[in-house]
Amino acid sequence: MPRIRPFLRACLFALGLAASLALGPAPAAADAYTDALAVFSADSFSDTDAAVTAIAASGHPQAEAVIRALQDGRLLAGGGRAFIREGAALTDAATGETLAAPPPGAATVRLNNRVRRTVAAALGSLTLLSPDPRRRLNAAAAVFKARDATALPTLEEALAREGDRRVRAAMAEARAAILFSRPDSNAAQRMEALDILQARGDQDALAILSNPPAGIAPEIAAAAAGAADAIRGRLELWRALQNAWYGLSLGSVLLLAAIGLAITFGTMGVINMAHGEMVMLGAYTTFVVQELIRVHAPWMFGGSLFIAIPLAFLVAGAVGVAIERCVIRFLYGRPLETLLATWGLSLMLQQAVRTVFGANNREVGTPQWMSGALEIGGLALTYNRIAIVVFALIVFVVLLLVLRYTPLGLHVRAVTQNRRMAGSMGIPTSRIDALTFGLGSGVAGIAGVALSQIDNVSPNLGQSYIIDSFMVVVFGGVGNLWGTLVGAMTLGIANKFLEPYAGAVLGKILLLVAIILFIQRRPRGLFALKGRAVEA
Amino acid sequence: MSALLDRRGIVFLVALAILAIAVPLLNALPASSPFHISDHLVPLIGKYLCFALLALSVDLIWGYCGILSLGHGAFFALGGYAMGMYLMRQIGPRGVYAHPVLPDFMVFLNMKELPWFWHGFDQFWFAAIMVVVVPGLLAFAFGWLAFRSRVTGVYLSIITQAMTFALMLALFRNDMGLGGNNGLTDFKDILGFPVQAPSTRIALFLLSALALAGAYLLCRWIIASKLGKVLVAVRDAESRTRFLGYRVESYKLAVFTLSAMLAGIAGALYVPQVGIINPSEFAPANSIEVVIWVAVGGRGTLVGAALGAFAVNIGKSWFTGALPELWLFALGGLFVFVTLFMPRGILGTLEDWHGAFRARRRVRATDAAAQAAE
Repeated sequence: MPRIRPFLRACLFALGLAASLALGPAPAAADAYTDALAVFSADSFSDTDAAVTAIAASGHPQAEAVIRALQDGRLLAGGGRAFIREGAALTDAATGETLAAPPPGAATVRLNNRVRRTVAAALGSLTLLSPDPRRRLNAAAAVFKARDATALPTLEEALAREGDRRVRAAMAEARAAILFSRPDSNAAQRMEALDILQARGDQDALAILSNPPAGIAPEIAAAAAGAADAIRGRLELWRALQNAWYGLSLGSVLLLAAIGLAITFGTMGVINMAHGEMVMLGAYTTFVVQELIRVHAPWMFGGSLFIAIPLAFLVAGAVGVAIERCVIRFLYGRPLETLLATWGLSLMLQQAVRTVFGANNREVGTPQWMSGALEIGGLALTYNRIAIVVFALIVFVVLLLVLRYTPLGLHVRAVTQNRRMAGSMGIPTSRIDALTFGLGSGVAGIAGVALSQIDNVSPNLGQSYIIDSFMVVVFGGVGNLWGTLVGAMTLGIANKFLEPYAGAVLGKILLLVAIILFIQRRPRGLFALKGRAVEA
Repeated sequence: MSALLDRRGIVFLVALAILAIAVPLLNALPASSPFHISDHLVPLIGKYLCFALLALSVDLIWGYCGILSLGHGAFFALGGYAMGMYLMRQIGPRGVYAHPVLPDFMVFLNMKELPWFWHGFDQFWFAAIMVVVVPGLLAFAFGWLAFRSRVTGVYLSIITQAMTFALMLALFRNDMGLGGNNGLTDFKDILGFPVQAPSTRIALFLLSALALAGAYLLCRWIIASKLGKVLVAVRDAESRTRFLGYRVESYKLAVFTLSAMLAGIAGALYVPQVGIINPSEFAPANSIEVVIWVAVGGRGTLVGAALGAFAVNIGKSWFTGALPELWLFALGGLFVFVTLFMPRGILGTLEDWHGAFRARRRVRATDAAAQAAE
């Protein structure tokens, strides 16, 4: 294009002459607007830059459309005219007439970073007057970020007109940002701006307040420093809350992984080292369900997890019952041998999955509705974490209700408290054992569905959770689900609060040491069974 | 008091002696001979001997005192690290970076001086003491806390597992000053002899055999003594033993600490033979594998532990070479099979058969005598 520029210039001149002769005098605003449009044809960055500002200032109804087209690379210019491309059709920006094909010599107007900034600022100030409140809000945010003093008059006009409370607040913050950073503000304006910025209190406000413009009065500088400190304190609080949330979410994961273990251990005194593999089976069930859906019914993908949950429960539960019937029931009263046998089973299950599915991580998709994040103040809560926390609590409550209000639960509790007495009362203890083991394993399978959303699905998935789950059970005590809940949440939150100070690995080590020491004080956990059941 | 050496023990020591004599002799044969044992096989058998010693230490506490430790690999690895630190210091300026004092990994990590706990490890006697003191101290502290508050059974197993897991995580960190996840390796010589030389390897092999024999005799001596009787009582009826007036936790603590020291020695002999020690030795899976050696061989027999260590590891070497896919199936199946069908392990089952056979023969003999008398 540079090669043909002289020719274009000549055309531009000729056309400009022809246009002025043909159209005669035009209104002043339209004049400024069309003059600016003509400049685009020059295809020089500094001219484009000036033209953008001029168009924004012209107040022409088409101004926003032109600048937005420029931003999106849809603005063509040539021969002193500018065209907006909408799909295949072209519209003349000045006259609004539609063209089928671009006139010869018209080319897309190019942008560089400086122009892009101007465009963003211009759009910000232009859309401040848009009838759509969402766009006004975004525009205010853009002006806040850009802090371009030229936007101030538009901003103040918009602020005066604004009816929406949230948009008003955003505009006031944008105005404050400009007033505070602009070199020629007076002290009263600065102090007012400072208050508004402090009230906003996020990282952006902190950045503005901690970089005051040069040469401001010392008392304002001091006030700005004080406000920045206040913001830092508040951000610290948000960070603590965020950590608490991470801890809660880790605690839910631990709760899901450990709760099945707590049931089997509590009822049967059986340490199931293959518990982690039940989690893994649940995760792989999710994988298989998603693969089938992807191939046969892609429209059902959003619901894949809801299909996977009962299936994972059944798969892991069935494997659990099989393990109990084939191995564990021969080893009652020999907990250490059970531990070894289930360890052996866990090795076999791992290898079996590795043989069938391969040793690599498998891709488990996240449904659309679980992606994204919810922002509350300074907190960012991702939807998949929220889903897991909610899900863990649902599983917990359901299990609690099952144990409390169903005949199975009654039997399980009876066997937990006194196996021989329960047997004497006619409770089929060995069938209850099998069902309990199935229930515990099934819950582990459900946990696998949830963990497949946040962890790698590999044959080693279960291994990484087994020690943590044991810690939860040992810490919380057995025979009481509340112990597991408290244990899981305590460990999760403690872990996340130690992490920033001690690092992830050292934090985990400290926690393990703390648990080992805790066991000294309460050898049977926080919520230990009392009475005769203890020695049984 | 039962004899220090029963028939089982004599068979074991004789077999060990034959192994210790045969391996160097067969190694000395010319390579063309069908009975020749190649140079790389010697440290392999030496490694098995170290595993046997480790299994012995686990059997001492599990088989005779009912303490199932799932963290004995930690004591083994700590002994190994103590020896590894000595071997690192022996490299001196021959490292890649040729620093006169600092081992390579410290130069690589930009450390300016030796961390305090590395001092003294240039002396063999100091390292040799540390090999037993470090695991012993850890076991003492851990056991003192655990036994005093009566943590027993599976709870104890789980927290020993947590202990070794925590140590593994700790040693994977570079700033522990112990080589991070690469561990300690590239050893040059031990007491002035090159580590890689066949003659050194034979010597280490013989030392391992000697250590195994010595440890066996020590354990046997403990089992046969009054202390051993109390340990068995603790295993079978802990509360009753306590009510009889024995301080159960002191007995447990003593034997646990001793067992950890034996494991440390095993680790110290293991490291120069395999030429590396890294944090994966602390992996909980390793410690559980040791327990299965003992269970396979026969818990509470000492000899069985050594036998199991040999049997499982030979199986492992063969499987991982020939059918690596199936090794975990085989190992897992072994766990299940042994606990379900062979609760007394190979040795116990063999002795049961032998006992049954002898009993039948005795019955037949008395029957025959009775018939002859008629």
